[in-house]
Amino acid sequence: MDICRFTASELIEKLRHNELSPKDIIESLRKRIRALDPQVRAYVRLDNAPFISKVLENVFTPDPTRPLKGIPISVKDNICTEGHATECCSKILEGFRPPYDATVIRKLKEAGALILTKKTNMDEFAFGSSTENSCFGASRNPWDLAYVPGGSSGGSAAAVAADEAFLALGSDTGGSIRQPASFCGIVGLKPTYGRVSRYGLIAFASSLDQIGPLAKNVKDAAILLQAIAGYDPLDATSVNASVPDYSGSLKAGIKGVRIGIPKEYFVEGMDQEVKEAMDEAIAELKRQGAVCKEVSLSHTQYAIPVYYIIATAEASSNLARFDAVQYGLRAVAQGHVQNMISLYKKTRGTGFGEEAKRRIILGTFGLSHGYYDAYYLRALKVRTLIKQDFERVFAELDCIVTPTSPTPAFRIGEKAQDPLRMYLSDIYTISVNLAGIPAISIPCGFTRKKLPIGLQVLAKPFDEEMLFKVAYTYEQNTPWHLEKPRL
Amino acid sequence: MEYETVIGLEVHLHLKTSTKAFCGCSTEFGQEPNSQTCPVCLGMPGSLPVLNKLALEHALEAALALNCSIQEFTKFDRKNYFYPDLPKNYQISQYDLPLAKEGYLDVQMPDMDKRIEILRVHLEEDAGKLIHKDEVSLVDFNRAGIPLLEIVSKPQINSPEEAYAYLVALKSVIGYLGVSDCDMEKGSLRCDANISLRKKGAEGLGVKTEIKNLNSFKAVKDALSFEVTRQEGLLQEGSTIVQETRLWDTREEKTISMRSKEEAKDYRYFPEPDLPPFIIKKDMIEPIRQRIPELPREKCSRFMKQYGLPQYDAQILTVSRAAAEYAEKCLQQQGVDKKIISNWLIGPVSAAAHSRNCGIEGLGLLPASLIELIRAVQTQQISNLTGKSVLEEMLLTSKSAGLVIKEKNLAQISDIDSLKAEIDAVIQENQKSAKDFISGKENALMFLVGQVMKRTKGKANPKVVQDALRRRLTDA
Repeated sequence: MDICRFTASELIEKLRHNELSPKDIIESLRKRIRALDPQVRAYVRLDNAPFISKVLENVFTPDPTRPLKGIPISVKDNICTEGHATECCSKILEGFRPPYDATVIRKLKEAGALILTKKTNMDEFAFGSSTENSCFGASRNPWDLAYVPGGSSGGSAAAVAADEAFLALGSDTGGSIRQPASFCGIVGLKPTYGRVSRYGLIAFASSLDQIGPLAKNVKDAAILLQAIAGYDPLDATSVNASVPDYSGSLKAGIKGVRIGIPKEYFVEGMDQEVKEAMDEAIAELKRQGAVCKEVSLSHTQYAIPVYYIIATAEASSNLARFDAVQYGLRAVAQGHVQNMISLYKKTRGTGFGEEAKRRIILGTFGLSHGYYDAYYLRALKVRTLIKQDFERVFAELDCIVTPTSPTPAFRIGEKAQDPLRMYLSDIYTISVNLAGIPAISIPCGFTRKKLPIGLQVLAKPFDEEMLFKVAYTYEQNTPWHLEKPRL
Repeated sequence: MEYETVIGLEVHLHLKTSTKAFCGCSTEFGQEPNSQTCPVCLGMPGSLPVLNKLALEHALEAALALNCSIQEFTKFDRKNYFYPDLPKNYQISQYDLPLAKEGYLDVQMPDMDKRIEILRVHLEEDAGKLIHKDEVSLVDFNRAGIPLLEIVSKPQINSPEEAYAYLVALKSVIGYLGVSDCDMEKGSLRCDANISLRKKGAEGLGVKTEIKNLNSFKAVKDALSFEVTRQEGLLQEGSTIVQETRLWDTREEKTISMRSKEEAKDYRYFPEPDLPPFIIKKDMIEPIRQRIPELPREKCSRFMKQYGLPQYDAQILTVSRAAAEYAEKCLQQQGVDKKIISNWLIGPVSAAAHSRNCGIEGLGLLPASLIELIRAVQTQQISNLTGKSVLEEMLLTSKSAGLVIKEKNLAQISDIDSLKAEIDAVIQENQKSAKDFISGKENALMFLVGQVMKRTKGKANPKVVQDALRRRLTDA
């Protein structure tokens, strides 16, 4: 059997028993990527530069302080890796090699993981739901190469689904981990805002961004989250709270767990096959002893406009630093700069893609004098109402279950010309980021065309254990996570 | 038509912290360009700011000393604008919820005291520095991220002189706290001024101009005086003032238009999402309040009361905290009149310090040594003039006054007998002057005294010489 088919937890076992060496693992991974990635295009800049930045041992010696020793991890192109290109799949960051590691990368290295220097594809600056907005071109859905893998962490999701990665890091601002995980039939988790350090994550919307794991199953997701979670003095928004042992929550059943089903989420626009899969998933959870109850998240309808005002406002400011002064693209040759403004205009005009420009303009508008109160300030107020919706529900219930996306993966190009329709595909994931709560997406079935469908579980802040408990129990009683795309 | 001047000042102070506002880089002045930078203060993608607690404490201390009320809930905001010296193209600042509000500063004017209210005090980060060389422009980010305190006065300053006095008083208070160097030359204190005129007695404010590029307290006063004249001229001839930013041209000594309101920037302020809002609790404020020392105005009144000094003296002696503490050590010495000590401190000692570019406390002169010197003058062992040169010698050699007087044989000759020969000789050599005096020309006597002083190399006691000469010439 191809080593690449193993899950991360299986690899850990096999390494411990000396059935495999890190070198074997890396070699098979390299081979598989070389063979498959020309079709899947999960990784970017594959042709040049090394594969991992570490010299490998021939013989594996276990180290209990380094739980991820020898395990390769793939990283989204917006998470800084020291000395290796980190470009957010944008032309404007061409050639940017950060002089520092993101905190999550430092933690993974300390845990013994092998960080792939090849980054995974994404929508430029995480602006999108399909990876079509990447300056390197779209990634493909391993289940059907004519379909998108979702986005913005589509490269990470496609790599894991195609067994081109064991574990991958993504970032989630409005669903960018969960939606691609659901489109690719894998597990993706967005942690509570503040659970994982954002230091070294190139910001899209600072108040919404979180780094999280993409994995082949729930156990692997728990292993990766365990390694990256925790307070970081370098991130003032990270929360100083102890991190529980997530593997401990993988055993328990869900008898008596109180689950809310938000009525606002089961409305028009939801794909019929998604609805059927959801109904079946809820029935399964009930069979496992969960108590399901319809709940109301009454401000759901405002989530998308609120999100697009806040996220674009923050993005317009976060992306202002790409100005050709210190790093990245400089669209005017040395000695030909006439003035600062023309340098800015040329660089930003050629460096940013369509969607990035659209969001910068939207965000700039929303913060402008005379519009701030009507847009940004009002959006902040409604964000509070959305948060309170969840607080009300979680005062009585343990978690909420929803579809991850209203539809399965769509065809490449299908929504590319219609940004509004593209934005609407984030309808079930966006509120979670606005509220700062954690959520996980797990496979819950397939369409007749054999495209994966995802189930989303939401919990109260810092209760990732509940997500693991429910997701693991569901996973252990369903076959979906065992299916593999034919490539 | 008579007009009234209305001025508001915005002062920016570098807070004296060893590291920057949001990262661990050093704030030392004058280092190799870009040697004190890191991903955070360079605004590298992915980097995040973390507030320096000491900067916050310094800011709170300054705000308390300026009698402000500290806001319990405060937050940072982003001020967005593109400029190459601004690494992130936004500045972390404070917008609608500043750290502190509603304070005041009492300012001493020649005819009265004036209370100038402070609108707000807030914390922000500094930008880098642009260096233009021939065909290229370079950026030095060493300054980027240094904590800045912005202090905004209400428009209650009514003359350029008041503005000057406000700055002096502000620098004095901040200097006492030690939270900033307040050095305009090093850029650790910067000031922008808003100025408008209105009809005397009118309620509302006139159209204002903002003046930038003010690089000394004198420049502030001069630029404001220029604006008063310019605006008054325009109003008198019936023209209107254009609301605009003007630059002070130090060489031409005039303000020049920079940009008008129409082109004014929209900074698109919004809450800084990388720094959560914070609550400043009472138990954080109290220890900082305890730290505030006796401030210049309190010290000044105490000096007047305790040492019987005139206000003029007490004020000069209390401008800087270190100097005031030194002065107090001198004033506490026994046996010499306090006013005479004060005269020495304000006069020769200050002059010596000034020429050495330090404060009186930095001369290395022990209070007891100074008192010994003053006593030598008071007991007429040496003249006042000799006293000043003895002071110089003491500062050069670190010797005591007594030793300098002895070694250089400077003791004053007050004994008439030992002066007799010199006096005789001078009368002999200056018959004409002697006659002039006898015939009533009082000035001639001073000339003769001067000649005796010359012959004795300044050691003769001039009072004794004068008396002796008068007696000799009138008795004869």
